[in-house]
Amino acid sequence: MSAPETISLFDGAILRRAALDAVLKLSPASLARNPVIFVTETVAALVTLVAAGEAYGGARPWFGFTIAAWLWLTVLFATFAEAVAEGRGRARAESLRRARAEANAKLLIAPPDRSLHRLVPATELRRDDVVLVEAGDLIPSDGEVIEGVASVNESAVTGESAPVVREAGGDRSAVTGGTLVVSDWLIVRITADAGATFIDRMIALVEGASRRKTPNEIALDILLAGLTLIFLIAVVTLAAFGRYSGLLFSIPVLAALLVCLIPTTIGGLLSAIGIAGMDRLVRFNVVATSGRAVEAAGDVDALLLDKTGTITFGNRMASGFYPVPGVSEANLAEACLLSSLGDDTPEGRSILAFARDRHGLTRQPPEGAEMIKFSANTRTSGLDFNGQSYRKGAVDSVLAGLGAEPPDAFTAEVERIARAGSTPLAVTHNGHLLGLIELKDIVKPGIKSRFEALRKLGIRTIMVTGDNRITAAAIAAEAGVDDFIAEATPQNKLDYIRKVQAEGRMVAMCGDGTNDAPALAQADVGVAMQTGTQAAREAGNMVDLDSDPTKLIEIVEIGKQLLITRGALTTFSIANDISKYFAILPAIFVPLYPQLAALNIMGLKTPESAILSAVIFNALIIVALVPLALKGVAFRAIGAAQLLKRNLLIYGLGGIIAPFAGIKLIDMGLGLFHIFS
Amino acid sequence: MTLSGLAYIGLLFAVVLGLALPLGRYMAAIFEGRVRWLAPLEGGLYRLCGIDPARQMGWQAYAVALLLLSLVHFVLLYAILRLQYYLPLNPAHIPGMSPRLAFNTAASFVTNTNWQAYTPESQISLGAQSYGLAVHMFLSAAAGIAAAAAVMRAFTGSHLTSLGNVYTDLTRITLYLLVPVALVAAILLVAAGVPQSFAASVTVHLVQTGAAQPIALGPVALQEAIKELGTNGGGFFNANSAHPFENPTALTNLLENALLLVIGFALPLSFGHMVKAPAQGRALMLSMAVLLAAGCVASYAAEAAGNPLHIAAGVAPQGNWEGKEMRFGIPASTTFNVSATGTSTGAVDGFTDSYTPLGGLVPLFLMQLGEVTPGGVGSGFYTIIVFALLAVFVAGLMVGRTPEYLGKKVQAREIKLAMLAVLILTLLILGGAGLSLLTASGLASLANAGPHGLSEMLYAWSSATENNGSAMAGLSADTPLLDYGLGIAMLLGRFAFMVPVLAIAGSLAAKPRLPASSGTFPTTGPLFVGLLVGVIIILGGLQFMPADTLGPLAEHFLLQAGKTF
Repeated sequence: MSAPETISLFDGAILRRAALDAVLKLSPASLARNPVIFVTETVAALVTLVAAGEAYGGARPWFGFTIAAWLWLTVLFATFAEAVAEGRGRARAESLRRARAEANAKLLIAPPDRSLHRLVPATELRRDDVVLVEAGDLIPSDGEVIEGVASVNESAVTGESAPVVREAGGDRSAVTGGTLVVSDWLIVRITADAGATFIDRMIALVEGASRRKTPNEIALDILLAGLTLIFLIAVVTLAAFGRYSGLLFSIPVLAALLVCLIPTTIGGLLSAIGIAGMDRLVRFNVVATSGRAVEAAGDVDALLLDKTGTITFGNRMASGFYPVPGVSEANLAEACLLSSLGDDTPEGRSILAFARDRHGLTRQPPEGAEMIKFSANTRTSGLDFNGQSYRKGAVDSVLAGLGAEPPDAFTAEVERIARAGSTPLAVTHNGHLLGLIELKDIVKPGIKSRFEALRKLGIRTIMVTGDNRITAAAIAAEAGVDDFIAEATPQNKLDYIRKVQAEGRMVAMCGDGTNDAPALAQADVGVAMQTGTQAAREAGNMVDLDSDPTKLIEIVEIGKQLLITRGALTTFSIANDISKYFAILPAIFVPLYPQLAALNIMGLKTPESAILSAVIFNALIIVALVPLALKGVAFRAIGAAQLLKRNLLIYGLGGIIAPFAGIKLIDMGLGLFHIFS
Repeated sequence: MTLSGLAYIGLLFAVVLGLALPLGRYMAAIFEGRVRWLAPLEGGLYRLCGIDPARQMGWQAYAVALLLLSLVHFVLLYAILRLQYYLPLNPAHIPGMSPRLAFNTAASFVTNTNWQAYTPESQISLGAQSYGLAVHMFLSAAAGIAAAAAVMRAFTGSHLTSLGNVYTDLTRITLYLLVPVALVAAILLVAAGVPQSFAASVTVHLVQTGAAQPIALGPVALQEAIKELGTNGGGFFNANSAHPFENPTALTNLLENALLLVIGFALPLSFGHMVKAPAQGRALMLSMAVLLAAGCVASYAAEAAGNPLHIAAGVAPQGNWEGKEMRFGIPASTTFNVSATGTSTGAVDGFTDSYTPLGGLVPLFLMQLGEVTPGGVGSGFYTIIVFALLAVFVAGLMVGRTPEYLGKKVQAREIKLAMLAVLILTLLILGGAGLSLLTASGLASLANAGPHGLSEMLYAWSSATENNGSAMAGLSADTPLLDYGLGIAMLLGRFAFMVPVLAIAGSLAAKPRLPASSGTFPTTGPLFVGLLVGVIIILGGLQFMPADTLGPLAEHFLLQAGKTF
């Protein structure tokens, strides 16, 4: 996998651009979708106006202006956080944009005749146009190969420079606009209008341009808006209670109290968290079609994983030599080795490797030996040398050539191997049966512990395989999956997903073929492989550019991390309120009831300094948490109970304590410079 | 504080929990329709009223039926109070109530608040007491419990379209729970000396002067029983449970205190049984208990510490006895008042107005928290469900999934309705008290100036909105502003909260109930109890801190400095 270049958290160019964008984002129209920050801006404007009015009247409202300045900074820090997140996405989009085809396309005038074409700009192509792409041409837009075979360099999209084969029909018929045909030619039917191609969508998504709020974000927004209203009521009515008590609060004081109580921290960082989550996915070379899909990944309860390539290596490898009675294991190993010298298939090579690793045997083909190459017809390979003849191959083929009944022990062993999901190969020497090689689909090392980790997160893994039930059960047990679908067909995959969903669970799967499309569309998270068909890519809601099905697990973790980051900062933000009461309430009531100074447990110097310190802390904490919002809270595959305990301790309890220290420090700092103290 | 004082609080909790455990199981059986020992009577009632007990109701139908029933009851009660002069059982010839007082009183009893802006002995007839008010003590309590049962059912399965049948719920709750338990309690109270009579008064000859003095009587025992059991709080006498005829002995005090807590604590246990996960119910009950115990101890500590001015003057070194029922002592008296404010009962056996500022802050704060400790019968349960949903939502994201409670996903719609419900309470309490303090009429109602006056007004609006009904006294409540204002606060605090909660229940009922896995946010155990308590305090109470600081807290610090109001 070659991920897009990592972008530093503090990339100078991005920060400069973000600073400018942050100011542009102050426009109330663009802030209106963020209720907390919108209220903060309104209040900042009000305090500014009031202070300006007083200044016009000849007063010197330094306190009002200072509060106003910090309220504006609070808003600015929030817009800055969003701008930084967008900037990082934009930097990634820039490299994609370079790949976008701007060349001319060869539009066929009378398809499928490829001799007649005219040149049109790629941007004018429409869906269902048919174009010719030849060696050295950029593919002008997304499409499906309807004729021809060619190798295509897709590094513009995937970062992988080795060319891939694209051909008509089958599972490798989709081509992506902006990729380069290296050899031969293709006739392509365009499947996306200009501006709606895969790369266009990727650019829009990583830039955050087409960002829509996800369901959890909407719910969280409602909670934050509700809290804002509640505190608005508390502060406005406080003016009434104050008036009754004989205390007229100034606007800056009430504004400071309000802004400190409403959840500005999470309000300011919420959209940055969402954009950064998408960005993390892109860094993993996965493109989601919506934020909703990323969030759904965190909610997944069941993972459908293809056996081949995901759970196992996919190619069968030698895992044991089993001699018939009367033959020594060393003799058998020798025969296995010699008979496989002529076998170039991965299976054949694995037999050589097994003989070397387990039996310490290595041989070069002897001088003058006749090698019998493995062929799909005979399904055997071997070696003839000095009148010695070694053969190995599929059991039925080898037995057919033998003419004699095999011993019972041999037959029993064949059955055992088949039951275990492996493939038996028979080995002979000069027509005598020596024994068996077991070829096994090896389960990837470490996959079992990953499944265990997933189980701790409450996620079930389901293995999907075309194998029969017995074979599937054996591999399922070895890999430690929770369930399996044997003899999988598109229909029974789809049925399984529907059944699990009917229980209210969410399902993720990956697939590449056209016949995966219905299941990909039905799954809550469908990850299509970039090497797959256009139909699969349209049906899924994510595309993995590396075409690595094991990534489904990382995708789930990224989804969870996104939700955890949101929850942690929300908890932190709300827990912060307690300290602000202790900072601001004594400060604003002390003029009336000096005895309430007893509530000033932080020992803040003066009422002005106390209020200002709380406001400054409230603003600075947004900037301080930007890196956390962008990087995400560290995720660990521990059970929900442990995760909750840990995060509640850090962000809940920490959220209560941290601001006490922060506000006190700021107050001491202000004292050092004799500001309002 | 003394050890025996704390032991009394411990004893009370032990008695309540001992009763709540079996009662919770029994109530679950009632809600599930498994209690049938009065089946002929129950069936007869259905036939008489033309009720189809098999009919299932969605949340809208359930809510509409509850609202319409309450409206009918409200109109009926209003008419009874206005016309009581002409109605039977009015031996004292008490005239009809004024329109605004009748409005306030009808609102008060229909909403299970039992705020009493009237003086019972002189402004309400015996008849209106029994077929007017006492009836509503059953009906409004049953309505609250029915709504709670409807909310419970939302969690019992997947894709549910029905929350039950409001008519069978009301009938069964009244028939199998409120009436029998109240009857048994009434008999116990009569045995302990509480009168149960339709005579208007008994005339006694005073020992010293020999003069004749009439003492009001009535069907006190039954009203007392349902007053506590149904967390109503409307006393037969103005002195409420401090009156020796309502609460004659230390044993009746303990019994009445336990009665007013028991259904509230049993409801979450019933919930646990209904969702087949008793630990879930215990976690909710423990959260309620932790908050109430903290309140009892805090208030007792403040009162036992006493008034610094009295101590300095050497007049009352043994704590603050003012406003306590002398017969029961400081711990029993404060615990009763804290329990009554923690349950939206509003019964009192002491006068909060005379408490130390901190001792009085506790009842005020328990009301402002939203009445979940354990709150009014039914309403306390569905309120703590709202907080549980908010707690699960805020902290639940931290385990990396869309938050779910008992397998039901908590999403935008639930959060919207939950925040709406919390918002209404905040607006009514702070808006109402703030506005009242800006008007001349509101100021005229106050008996005290300064922070104490502020506390009195804040207390009244908190009590009305949270359907508590207890009064801090010191406030003249029968004014146009407060009669109408508090009446509206009671109605909105009840119904504008209940309807969104039923809507939440409807929305959750329709969702699949996901089986728990190791990735599920745990909603049992000490961690969740701590979280829920934290969320109740932060989301339910913190918004009242600025106002409370200008009221009881300011008064406390001023008192410490020797300044009184």
